[in-house]
Amino acid sequence: MSELLQQYQCPGCGYCYGEAEGDDHEGYPPGFAFAELPDDFVCPDCAVRYKEDFLVVGSG
Amino acid sequence: MKTYSIDTPDAGHVTYTDHKRGWWMLSLANPLIPLVGIAGHGLTGSQLWLLVPLVMMFIMGPGLDWLFGEDENNPPEVLVPQLENDAYYRLLTYLTVPLHYLTFIAVAIWVGTQGLSWWAFIGLTVAAGFADGFAINTGHELGHKRTKLETWLAKIVLAVPAYGHFWIEHNRGHHRDVATPDDPASARMGESIYHFARREIPGAFDRAWMLEHERLCRKGVPVWSLQNEVLQSYIITVVLQVGLIAAFGWIMLPFLLIHNVFAWWVLTSANYIEHYGLLRDKQPDGKYERCQPHHSWNANHKYSNLLLFHLQRHSDHHANPTRRYQSLRHFPDLPSLPIGYYGMYVVAYIPALWFKIMDARLLALPHIKGDLNKINIDPAKRDAILARYGRASDDALSAQASHV
Repeated sequence: MSELLQQYQCPGCGYCYGEAEGDDHEGYPPGFAFAELPDDFVCPDCAVRYKEDFLVVGSG
Repeated sequence: MKTYSIDTPDAGHVTYTDHKRGWWMLSLANPLIPLVGIAGHGLTGSQLWLLVPLVMMFIMGPGLDWLFGEDENNPPEVLVPQLENDAYYRLLTYLTVPLHYLTFIAVAIWVGTQGLSWWAFIGLTVAAGFADGFAINTGHELGHKRTKLETWLAKIVLAVPAYGHFWIEHNRGHHRDVATPDDPASARMGESIYHFARREIPGAFDRAWMLEHERLCRKGVPVWSLQNEVLQSYIITVVLQVGLIAAFGWIMLPFLLIHNVFAWWVLTSANYIEHYGLLRDKQPDGKYERCQPHHSWNANHKYSNLLLFHLQRHSDHHANPTRRYQSLRHFPDLPSLPIGYYGMYVVAYIPALWFKIMDARLLALPHIKGDLNKINIDPAKRDAILARYGRASDDALSAQASHV
């Protein structure tokens, strides 16, 4: 399963959402899929970029 | 004077010297301005000295902006990582935090022990409120950073003006909604600062609480918990301000009330002028376009930028909110203010003067060119603005008003 987990990066500020680790501060547990993030998700660090702006930058 | 350099394959040897490097220490003087009044009063016995800090802020400040003029210097992008890693710059933001505490407590002691005349009490308290309003600016710079130390320092310094919810509301709310009718912290054309304050202050608190509530719900943590980052800062405020009441008695109540309200007012003033009337387009998918540089007003004035950690290079801040103050850039052809924030605050406090200066600037912006469809308009003033400047279609304005 782990090979399916991806890392997504904000193209503006570089914040990374890794599906393997989730984001504890934001309340997304390890394994929480990027696709499952709410549609109105914005970058937690810069709030400039929307969910659809994020780029896949690797797996894990 | 330190020079940064790098060798690159494309541009060769690139160097950059920050000519403002030493001058950034002025940011440390900003929180201390009220102490000038205390020192003068202590040395001469004249309470008139307690009015001097307000003169320094609102007469000397715009004067020095006018005298020293503007600075359009930018660091080369390739050297920004070096500039951002230079500990000197962040040390200044760290040092500003205890200085806000020093001034706040020193002023509390002075008004609590010196038996001041009512006008001197108010003058010094208002000056301390304005000085500690700039604690919100320090909290702003720190609160945008990713290190635990800096976010904690933001919470600690925001406790002085009792505005701990600011960095939550600002980072996750204002930056998301900026320059839209949805944002309580973006002023609308035709809206006076006094009207804006009644929308902005409660709106900021509501949005911060809602955002933190949502985050804690996702974590499965009760909202009334020590993990609540709004409450963390408020707890420090309660300890600090109740401690002052315990130490100096009930005279602290009017002091704290006036101090806190004026500190909030400083933020209201900054928010009011930073995005007045500017509007992001709504896309076909119902979302707003990403924040662009032309969605913020800017000032390049040296003096006020040095005191405010480059806050006035606001377009680059909104495009790149995690960028450190020393790296923020000037861009040509951006919405620009005629003078720095200190002067513009005074203009904002006289609505007729504000509208006269700023409505003309707003309508003349290259991306607006008098098109009212591209302006964030106060719905209550819509008819009057349309009658005066009307080049927008009623349909477009109705659509805009309907999602307010």
